[in-house]
Amino acid sequence: MSMYTGGYKAAVAVPPVLWVAVFLLLPYSILFCYSFWSVSPLQVIVHSWSFDNYRELVRNPIYALVLFRSMRIAATVTLLALALGYPLAYFLSFFATRRKDLLYQLVIIPLWVSYLVRGYAWKTILGSDGVLNGFLQYFHLTHHPVGFFLYSPLAVILMLTHIYTPFAFLPIYASLEHIPRNLLEASHDLGASPLRTFWRVVFPLSIPGVLAGATFAFVLTLGDFLAPLLVGGPSGIMISNIVVSLFGAAYNWPLGAAISLCMLLLVVSLLAGVEWLEKKLSYS
Amino acid sequence: MTPLLSIRSLTKRFGEREVLRGVSLDIASGEFLTILGESGSGKTTLLRMIAGFEQPDSGEIWMGDERLDGLPAYRRPVNTVFQSYALFPHLSVRENVAYGLRAQGAPRAGIFGRVAQALAMVKMSEFERQAPARLSGGQQQRVALARALVNRPKLLLLDEPLSALDANLRRQMQIELKSLQREVGITFLFVTHDQDEAMALSDRVALLRAGGLEQVATPREIYNRPETAYVAQFVGQTNILRAEVSGGVACAGTIAWRWGGSAYSNGTALFSLRLESIRVVPPDATSLPSEDTVRFRARIVTRTFGGASDFMEIVCPDKQTLRVRVPSGSSLEGEQRFEFDLRDAIPVRTTGAAAPSAHTPSASAPSTDAPSADTPSADATPGDVAPADAASPSEGPAQ
Repeated sequence: MSMYTGGYKAAVAVPPVLWVAVFLLLPYSILFCYSFWSVSPLQVIVHSWSFDNYRELVRNPIYALVLFRSMRIAATVTLLALALGYPLAYFLSFFATRRKDLLYQLVIIPLWVSYLVRGYAWKTILGSDGVLNGFLQYFHLTHHPVGFFLYSPLAVILMLTHIYTPFAFLPIYASLEHIPRNLLEASHDLGASPLRTFWRVVFPLSIPGVLAGATFAFVLTLGDFLAPLLVGGPSGIMISNIVVSLFGAAYNWPLGAAISLCMLLLVVSLLAGVEWLEKKLSYS
Repeated sequence: MTPLLSIRSLTKRFGEREVLRGVSLDIASGEFLTILGESGSGKTTLLRMIAGFEQPDSGEIWMGDERLDGLPAYRRPVNTVFQSYALFPHLSVRENVAYGLRAQGAPRAGIFGRVAQALAMVKMSEFERQAPARLSGGQQQRVALARALVNRPKLLLLDEPLSALDANLRRQMQIELKSLQREVGITFLFVTHDQDEAMALSDRVALLRAGGLEQVATPREIYNRPETAYVAQFVGQTNILRAEVSGGVACAGTIAWRWGGSAYSNGTALFSLRLESIRVVPPDATSLPSEDTVRFRARIVTRTFGGASDFMEIVCPDKQTLRVRVPSGSSLEGEQRFEFDLRDAIPVRTTGAAAPSAHTPSASAPSTDAPSADTPSADATPGDVAPADAASPSEGPAQ
């Protein structure tokens, strides 16, 4: 790379550095400041520094409760996305010979469809006069519309799984595609059955992809607020919904900023942990 | 004696391309058999069928009284050393070697002993705990060998295992491979495109050309008694002479010799004449040649230094070009007398017995890189009787 001049390198470096500074570091710094300020009874931001917002987060159990629920939902969605995404990726990578490209596109296409459209689709499926209830009543499995499909954590989990499975699928698929096929031949050659080959060769070598996919699904789910809004109802509220309401109707930016920073810290430490794990588990 | 492995009329096509055209081959127990062929000859496909990675379109593979084709790869009593080694990157050297034993459910207690033994055999004991990625190509090759041999297969398949190594290491590994094979007594089926390697290692060589076996014989026979022009040219360098045979005399241009072989009565015949079979007659030699010696005159056109021997191109008066290898050091030039022993002119056929006549395109273009023999110069005198326009056997059956 020595053939590039210092000026050229600087010119290439400036836009991204500027981007990060203006659109990431600056907002986060402002958020950081807000989290130590407070709101006066007259709804004015008071620039006095204190840990009151963080104290409130610990004192009021609702925040821990919702955070815990959010993480549980995120973990469930992650497991479901992996359970759906892995077999799909495995099949596509190793066995879908002719229709490989078509199937791959079919997995990707939903990502191009508006999030809201997909959300309303779930509403029409799970609602009282929705597709699912219609189906159940048509076959006389139930006589009245079942109410708990929609506006429940279950609905949130279903919708988020649907939305984030492709995000889990993609890195897994990429890692499976990178496995040299002669390793599978070598395994069979040494007397290992297909099942044994999967557990001893394919799966260990796909762990980096699984970790990346799981991280995508978990972090994106944890930060999601639209799915709870559309299909969650009161019992399906997640931590981001609280942040949204604090920045909106409740007009308590400082408390919202405090929650946001805690979330940020959580996600960053999670990412660091995954990266450490990935380094530890990669061999080449 | 019943062969260890019996391959019977295997055929395979990939789409339009006929990769194997009815190959039959018996492999004796304990022998080192090499399948030699250029790229695209089908040799790797043949090996992969024995291993179980490809299915033949027709034909059978038998090991003793067990039919192998149809069995999945993991049920076949053969092991493979892959061209690219194919070591498991997530396992240590030791775990790589133990993989087969574990898969076959060998008693746990014995595994590490056998692994250590196998690694010692290929001199890799000290690398037991390393990851394969940290080993050099040669070291990875040894591990791959140990990983296959530790299972004590009846037959070891080696798919160009040395082709990724540099020349010196390669020669060293050839020697080690050969002595290893003697040591363990396992039958080796080795695939290579390198004729020197095939000659150096094998008990027998099976020469595959465009999906058909051209000749199966010991390296010595293959070299000294090639059955076809292709074999003669592929294994070592040679001149192919097209001669008219009549009345017990073969006549290739201005070169004529006694020929009473039964293979050809009268008509056109091809003969292989090795480069080193042709000698220069010292200019001051006065003695008459023995009756088995054939003498002819030719002019030296080029001369290339090649270490122990020099390589020369000589042109006979009838414009027929021959290539000659002589001990280096002499400084002969211009027109000289040459001679060869008439027993060194080996009659060869145009195609192998196994290969049907060549209307498939692949069969007629075997050897662009093979030494092209004495191509006659285009300006050969018209009306020249010489059947010497000859001699490009690569053209297939031209007669």
